[in-house]
Amino acid sequence: MIKNILNLGDTAVYCDFGSEVTETINANVIDYFNHLSILIKEKKVEGITNLTPSYNKLIISFDLTITNYKKITDLIKGLIIHRVIKNNNKKIKIPVCCDDEYGLDLTRLTEKLNINKDKILELYFNKEYFCYMTGFIAGMPFLGDLNKNIRCDRLETPRVKMPKGSVGITEQFANIYTFESPGGWNIIGNTPQKIFDVNNLNQPALVNPGDKVSFYQITKEDYLNWNE
Amino acid sequence: MNKAYFEVLRPGVNTTIQDKGRNHLYHVGITVSGAIDQRNYTLSNKLVENQLNEAVVEFAYQGPLLKLKKGKINFAISGDIFFKIIRKNLEVEDGECYKSYILDDEDQIDIISTKNSIYGYLAVNGGFDLKKTWDSYSINTKANIGPNDGKKYSLNDKIFIKKLDTKNLIKRKINYNYSTDNIIRIIKGTNFDYFSKDAIAKFFKKNFLITNLVDRMGVRLKGPKLENIINTNIKSEGLVRGVIQVPADGNPIIMLSDHGTVGGYPKIGVVIAADLDIIGQLTPGTKINFKEVSLEEAQNIFKAYTDETNKYLNECN
Repeated sequence: MIKNILNLGDTAVYCDFGSEVTETINANVIDYFNHLSILIKEKKVEGITNLTPSYNKLIISFDLTITNYKKITDLIKGLIIHRVIKNNNKKIKIPVCCDDEYGLDLTRLTEKLNINKDKILELYFNKEYFCYMTGFIAGMPFLGDLNKNIRCDRLETPRVKMPKGSVGITEQFANIYTFESPGGWNIIGNTPQKIFDVNNLNQPALVNPGDKVSFYQITKEDYLNWNE
Repeated sequence: MNKAYFEVLRPGVNTTIQDKGRNHLYHVGITVSGAIDQRNYTLSNKLVENQLNEAVVEFAYQGPLLKLKKGKINFAISGDIFFKIIRKNLEVEDGECYKSYILDDEDQIDIISTKNSIYGYLAVNGGFDLKKTWDSYSINTKANIGPNDGKKYSLNDKIFIKKLDTKNLIKRKINYNYSTDNIIRIIKGTNFDYFSKDAIAKFFKKNFLITNLVDRMGVRLKGPKLENIINTNIKSEGLVRGVIQVPADGNPIIMLSDHGTVGGYPKIGVVIAADLDIIGQLTPGTKINFKEVSLEEAQNIFKAYTDETNKYLNECN
């Protein structure tokens, strides 16, 4: 399942599960992530400081004063991974307002994709997405896959400040900017919903890997009066 | 409440609370944070007899002006710092780094600036009276996590001090000569072969300039354009401190403590653990060179680095 194991510097192990992005490869990554998380929680392995699953990679960071690349690599190679059928994956519905002041790139996208705004939104809202990973900024979900007709590259020049709540698309993926941040994705709307809650210590991110997400459109009035 | 605290009379450029950092949260997008210069952070705690993972104040360039209220404390500053102690009677003392001082009620610490470095650390005996978020005191200003609502300190803020044990205020000192190096040692990155032969040669032979775009997230460099012959984007994947990403413009970016947890630019190299304190301290305008080392060499260098830190810790009394 792991195609290749490399060192990422002297304090991390880089597990490569392949170059494609598919739910199957991502599920393999998550299986390793879940297995290792349990070992860490039960203190059966020492020195691991972080696990970073992504579409098709798993990075294991460690404390070089406690362990090293060889020890962690030997551990990984010796693991027998069983698929844990998790029933706690959620289905989440997220409201989005696509009025011009929120859908910052919609007009540009109609020209770039050569389809009208209503069609873009229809294709976007008419689909359930899979959460491959969360990251970059706290709680940002990376979702896929978009309908082929609305896939596009990143902005040529990234924005310095992307408004909090911006809902973006690029390539086959969709995301949500959980905080104001720099960013290069094409923005089609904005959600009033809180996607990351620092006070919810057990599960601060609303969307987690493996969850299914769908979006629904709301009016500006709904947006402004949104109350969780 | 009758607790001693610092009143912030001048916040400085970027004054936050930091410690060893916040682990086990990369997978939700929460970065590690923590002191940029871990050795100086550790030494500051040792100088005031703290546990080595206690919270300290980290400041950058111009530091804060702090007035002590309702107490008497023991403090120390580490780094390469120009600071003064202004006593209640307005007598002014020049401060020395790596030495602990006693501060009385209404005395002030004026951290005027760092010298040839960016960060410095202020530790007080007993630490600060703050709440941990996920096992760490570190302030992450990008996601507003940690003490002070996850924000850097502003004028008139108060920083409360945990304990008031005036019995054991001992003066301590470490003979430490702060120095930096312009040669940064790296291990080849996972996308090293994305770069042309010419780019690789330039990467190791030419100077790279530290630009003005330096903060706790990362260091942007400027040098000869590093030509990518495969793809200037990769599918987003995890990052760690020290990773050197090269975006399409060919200029490297080095990840520091507040880096984004994933990134989609090819990784040409990773700064070795022993050089992370130094790379975070280099000021804009500095020219650096990269030198390749093997994983085994990096591990040996790290061992020497920790042995040296321990030597200073043991010397402190």
